[in-house]
Order: sequence, then structure tokens, then C-alpha cells
Amino acid sequence: MLFKLIKRPEPSRAMVFVSPLVALGLTLLSGIVLFQIMGVNPGQALYAFFVEPLTSKYGWGELGVKATPLVLIAVALSIGFRAGVWNIGAEGQLTLGAICGGGIALWLYQVDSIFVLPLMVVCGIAGGMLWAAIPAFLRTRFNANEILTSLMLTYVATLFLSVLVHGPWRDPDGFNFPESRIFSDAATLPLILDGTRLHLGWIFALVVVASAWILMARTIIGFQIKVVGEAPAAGRYAGFSVNKVIWFALMMSGGAAGLAGLVEVSGPIGQLLPSISPGYGFTAIIVAFVGRLHPVGVLLAGLLLALSYLGGESAQISLNLPLAVTGVFQGMLLFFLLACDVLIQYRIVPATAKSIAS
Amino acid sequence: MSPDFSLNSVNSDLLVSFTIDHRRLITLQGEFLIQLDGMTKSFPGVLANDRVNLTIAPGEIHALLGENGAGKSTLVKMIYGILRPDQGQIKWKGNTVEITSPAFARNLGIAMVFQHFSLFDSLTVFENIVLGMDASTDTSKLRSEIEDISTRYGLPLDANRHVYTLSVGERQRIEIIRCLLQHPSLLVMDEPTSVLTPQEVEKLFETLNRLADEGLSILYISHKLDEIKALCHHATILRGGKVVDSVQVETETPSSLAAKMMGESLATSNLEQQGEPGEIRLQVSGLNVLAVDEFSIPLKNITFEVRSGEILGVAGVAGNGQDELLKALSGETLTADSSALQIDGKPCGGKGPNARRMLGMSTIPEERLGHGAVPGMSLVDNGLLTAFQRLEFLTGGFIVRGASELFAQEVVRRFNVKSHGIEAVASSLSGGNLQKFIVGREICQKPELLVVSQPTWGVDAGAAQTIHEALRQLASEGTAVVVISQDLDELMKISDRISAICAGELSQTYPAAGVTIEQIGLMMAGAHSVDEITEKVDAI
Repeated sequence: MLFKLIKRPEPSRAMVFVSPLVALGLTLLSGIVLFQIMGVNPGQALYAFFVEPLTSKYGWGELGVKATPLVLIAVALSIGFRAGVWNIGAEGQLTLGAICGGGIALWLYQVDSIFVLPLMVVCGIAGGMLWAAIPAFLRTRFNANEILTSLMLTYVATLFLSVLVHGPWRDPDGFNFPESRIFSDAATLPLILDGTRLHLGWIFALVVVASAWILMARTIIGFQIKVVGEAPAAGRYAGFSVNKVIWFALMMSGGAAGLAGLVEVSGPIGQLLPSISPGYGFTAIIVAFVGRLHPVGVLLAGLLLALSYLGGESAQISLNLPLAVTGVFQGMLLFFLLACDVLIQYRIVPATAKSIAS
Repeated sequence: MSPDFSLNSVNSDLLVSFTIDHRRLITLQGEFLIQLDGMTKSFPGVLANDRVNLTIAPGEIHALLGENGAGKSTLVKMIYGILRPDQGQIKWKGNTVEITSPAFARNLGIAMVFQHFSLFDSLTVFENIVLGMDASTDTSKLRSEIEDISTRYGLPLDANRHVYTLSVGERQRIEIIRCLLQHPSLLVMDEPTSVLTPQEVEKLFETLNRLADEGLSILYISHKLDEIKALCHHATILRGGKVVDSVQVETETPSSLAAKMMGESLATSNLEQQGEPGEIRLQVSGLNVLAVDEFSIPLKNITFEVRSGEILGVAGVAGNGQDELLKALSGETLTADSSALQIDGKPCGGKGPNARRMLGMSTIPEERLGHGAVPGMSLVDNGLLTAFQRLEFLTGGFIVRGASELFAQEVVRRFNVKSHGIEAVASSLSGGNLQKFIVGREICQKPELLVVSQPTWGVDAGAAQTIHEALRQLASEGTAVVVISQDLDELMKISDRISAICAGELSQTYPAAGVTIEQIGLMMAGAHSVDEITEKVDAI
């Protein structure tokens, strides 16, 4: 039997929620087939992948730790994406946040005050904003495409960090390893759940999710962002400034990425290293779209992608599966998700031979 | 709709009687050029064509008449192979054919002139024509062929001129010549006069009549009744996707055609002006706006004023600076000299849309989706778009949902907007209903000054009536209204005073009561004062 797609008169609201679930189901199904072919018991493998990481309190904590930077960045990016501002340089803004916030920690490493951490947070956010201000200025002043400028600045930022930890900021007692000092206790994010590594950054992430939700759903600023993103001419007609929206979107996402960078170095890492992120800034772009650019969706998507990282590790340990399985799973999930999105705009009907011919 | 608008009525009446005989003769032999039988086509949520039958004899000018959304374009697209019918068949010269593509249609001998031209502005007329030809065409012969066609059918055109220097009427001639070079048997024309001045329309009709005399069949799509009366022999009338009637035009009057097309007797409202206009609300003096790119029109020394309680109509053929004028008035484009534009005596040229709204001005742009409304947003949000400041829908930057929902409901109710409720997205509404919503959104804010561009473009007659009455009502309550429109009938119907814009310059304004269609036509063609107009009329 053959099927064809018919465009719906209006996008289906139900499908917005159902399609991710269908995608998840299809991913699991394909996973079963995949494991069968590899000669692994699919039940065991799926258990190792999706359940085992969450069987302990520590596991739940790790989930939060991994999800924190993803959610922080992705929520802010999704606001920018809705405004039609394509900041894909969050990785660089994250790095600058880590440099500025971490710089404070290194500068005040002998100071034991409760003001050290707040100062680091402020400087981390400011660092990310500063880095995002460059593409914002180039876009609003010279109409330079922010996709290119923000991406290129990422490499500048990571090389800058590398220079610092190889040179001036190298730990004097660190046997010449390219690492900074370990941050003092006053410069380290407090843990919020005993027996885990879950830190205050997770609370930051939840606060950002809630604020973003209110911003987009209830305020005139969020409304302006949506209007300018969807119909710039209508935005100008309404009297909204496109340039202001561009600046706002880039400052938001730059600040959030900077905060994420600071949270990483003063949380799980605890010092500055040549490489402080496994590409959170880029993965966050995926998270933003999987979460449908909605703050709550982004939170769930961030947790899901974090789980796939943890599951990959656990499957490596307990079943000797290769690391590539993680990538395959993430790929399948995205593939099915994008495919299922078709159902939001179209419905499937059985096709007769005649209608296929046309 | 004034009957005196029919151009060349004497000539075409003679022609009608001639071709009707011709047609009868051919019908006896059962030889139609094209015969559509039971054409049906559906789109999601709408049956665009429902068992439509239509026949055209050789040498006949056949009108396809209907309001916007009646299914005219769908039917034509099936004839030209752009769409495939769900059901029904097409007979071409007696043989059943399946028209699978525009190329197939052209091979059969069907040519089409679209409403929107596909021409390269930066190329010459000749280059544009060559581009549309097969690679094997002999270009040296082509030049003489073009000359031949252009003299034979009264389509004067200099093949060496660049397209961007040509008027819309001249551009249309390129498209027609392009079609005629294929030696078609059927020429389809989709609303060809919507962009032409009355003088250009007259020339076009002469050409079409000459072509029909030589045996070419023409399918003429329009909703302008006077034109159909003046030009066509036979008319098929569509309403809601169905053929409601197929008539000899000779035996019909414009109003009987209108009744069939609309299916209801339209109440002719009493749009008499009450009282004298009040004080000056909008004063524009020496407004200049530079062109932002090579395709936009610079505004030159625009000067006019609008008083409380009156409607000023601005006529003009599309692309003569109407968009630029609306943007300059709305505040989307700012002017260097702030005093060039004064609302209630306050200089506003440097103030943006929101500041002008707070001074009581509302504007409605021509383009609905993407300019006047955000396509993917609900009616509530689209109401919020321009009303949030004036109607105070915000408390400390937060949107008061209840208030904006009530506002959307009020607009929907007062203007009878048909939708799936106020949460329906703008793009799901039909053009007419969305326009009613946008016009309603501005009028419900009780503006003291309203500037509206193309208020009823592409809107059905019922909705147009609602909008006209609302504008008139608003004026009678003391609002100053500016209507920019290409529809002369509309302007004559609702305006107190009329002016015209041509190449970014605005003519003087005249009382609508004393102006004839011919005079406006000349104003639209660039004459600025009555003297100039009388000179040109004398010359003709």
C-alpha cells in the first residue's frame, strides 16, 4: 500500500507534542534492530543506554551536570533563532566567559570571600556578551552576516584560551602542564546534592529556563522578538527596531554562553584547561531545535542529549560497545525527529494509483 | 460603476454581432476550439473548481468572470498545464488531451499573458524575447517578425530599449508579442488591465479585437464588468468554484453581470458627505524621500493636506511611489526635514510609527501577510501588533492577555471576520477576511487620522462594501482619511477629493464630484493641474 502527504490547512498542535514521542519510539525500534545485528541483547543494551545511568542518585546528578551548559546556552540561542539571529558562535562566547570569570578566580586566588563567586559570575556573563557584541556591531553597522563572524570568533576565543594557559596563566606549581591553578574553594560553585557533582549551575539553568519562558510568552520584548523574526517588515510597520532586537538577541545568547563557560570551569572542571568544552556551544544548537525553540522543550531536549552522553559511557563500560554508538543514537534521534516534523504540516493518507500519477 | 466607462462600445457591439454569427456557424459543426468538461480541483479545505464546463469557439473573446477566490485562476492554471485537474477532461479541436505542462500547452497552441510579468529589467526588449525562444530560433528573422507583429496589431515597441525604461503597458506588450510569436490559437489573459491606465486599456482592447478578427480565440479573465461588456462576446461566470451562468455579453448589462457574479443584490449605500470638513489633521509640505535602491521610486516634493471628516483619494498605477508614500506617512521611512510632515501642527517627519500612533495616526499597508500582519501569529497577537500602545495593553512591559483578547474579539465581531476564532493564525484566513481584520484593527483604535493603501485589493465585493462603509463612517465621525488605491471606481465612490501619484510626484487635488475618469487617467499619467489636463484632452 502506498501513501501520500497532504498539506494540512493549519499546522497540527497535537503533532507538535506527538511527533517527538514518535521519533523517540522509532529511535528505540531502530536501536533494537541495530543491537540485534551487532549480536548484543537489545534489552540489555537499551537498559545500559537509557536506564542504567539513572539507577543511582549519582547518575541523576551527572545528568544535571551534563545538561546544565547545554540548557543554559540552548535556551538563549533559541530566543535568538526566533528573532532570526543566527548566532552559532556560542562555543566562543562560552570560552570567553570561562576566561573572564576564571581570570577573576586566578586573580583573587588567595581571597576567601563570598563576593568572589558573584564577581566571577558577573565577569563570565560580561565576557560572553563582549564576544557576542562583535558580531552584533558588525551586523547592525555593516550588515555582516553573524553566522560567519560569530563562528570565526569561536576559533579566536579557543586559541586565546590556549595562549593564556600555556603562558601567563600557567600554574607555577603545575610541572609545566598547560593548566591554570586549581580554583580556591571561594571560587568554586557549591554542590547542591550530597553524593553527586550536581552544582549551583543547575539552578542557574532552571532560572534561565523560567525567565525565558516568561519573557517570550508574556512580555512585549518577547513579542517583538517573535514579530521581527517572522516578519521583519511587519516589525518595522509596528515600530519595532530590528537593530535593537539583534543586539538584544546576541547579548542574551552571549551572556548565557558566558555563564555556561564560567559554570563549567568553576564547577566540574575547577580550573582553566586548554579545552574546557566538548562542543557544548555547538550541541546546544541541536538542543535548541530538538526543543522546538521553546524554553521547556529545550530543557527536556537538554536532558535527553545529556542522557545520550551518559548512556554512551555506560554502554561502553558494561557491554563493551564502541563510543560511536552514542553518535549513532544521537544521529538517529535527530533524523527521526526532523522526519516526524513533516507530520506537523502534513498528514498521511493512502494513495490511489491515479493520485500518484499526478 | 459608471456605464460611461465602457470604451469603444460602438465598435465592440458591431464586433459582437459579427462574431456571434460566426460562433453559431461553428457550433453547428460542433467545432469548438477548446471544450472543458466537468473540471474539478480541490485544495486543502476548499473545492476551488466544481465540475466547471466551458467552451470557446475560434475567434471568440470569452470572458471568465468572477470575484476573487471564485476559482478563475485555478481553472486557467489547469488549461495552461500548471495544475492537473482531479477530474474532468479537456477537448482541444475535438480531441481529448491531457495537458501535462505549460510546454505541452504551448505546443498545442495555448499562450498565456500572466498578471505578473517575467521580464529581466536590465535587458532589452529584444533580448527578453530571445530568452523565451527555443535555442534553434533564427534571431535575425526574429527581429523582423517582432516588427511585423508590432505594426500589424498596434503594439508599438522599440526592440532596443531596456525593459526598466518601459511603462507597465509597454512591458505587457512584450509579453503579448512573445505569445504571438508562437502563433497560438488561444490566448489567455489574466486580469491584463489591472496595471494599466485607461488610455492603455483602450489601446489593448483595439489590439485584442484585431487579433480576434483574424480568428484567434481569447480567454479574458477579469472582474471588471465594464471591460467585459466592452470587449467580450461570451462570458462564463464563476462563483464559489461553480459555473453559475454562461451568457452572451450582448444581452447583459454590467449590473446584471454583477448580480450573477455576486449572487446577491448589493445594497448601494448612501455615501453622501455630511457637513464641511474640519481643521487640518495632516499637513504634508515639500516631502522628499530618496530612493533606497534602484527599484524604488523617490518621492518628489509631495504636498497635500487632509482635514478632519474628509477622505482624500490618491489614484495611481502600481509602482509609481505608493509604497514609498505609505512608508513615509507611517514612519517606517523617516524624513530629514521633520516639519515636512505635521500631524495636528506637530512636526513628525523624524518620528517613528509608535510616536505617530500616539498622535492619533493609523496606517494600513497594501501587503497584508508579512507587512500588515504576521502570517504565523494568531489574531490576538496581530491585534496587539499595532494596538498595544494606544490601547494600553501593557503593564510594566508585560502583556495583558485578557485585554488584547477582548480587542481581537471586538474586531472580529464588528467586522464579521470569518475565522476559527481569535487564536487562528493570520495566514489561515482568506485574503478578504484578513483585510477586514486589519482594517478593523486600525478603525477600532479610533484613529484621528488614517492612511490606508489598497483597502479592498483582492477582496470580494461583500467585504469591500463593509470596508468602504467603515471608512466612510470613520470620516463622518471626524477622522481624516487618506486612501491610496489603484481602483478608480473605489476612489470615485468614497473620496471627497482626488489626486494622483505618478513617478513619485503627487498631482493637485480636485473635488471628486467634478472629475471625470479621463481626467484622472491623465493625472495618473503625469499631468499635474487642470490646465495641463485640458490641454491633453484637447490634443486627444
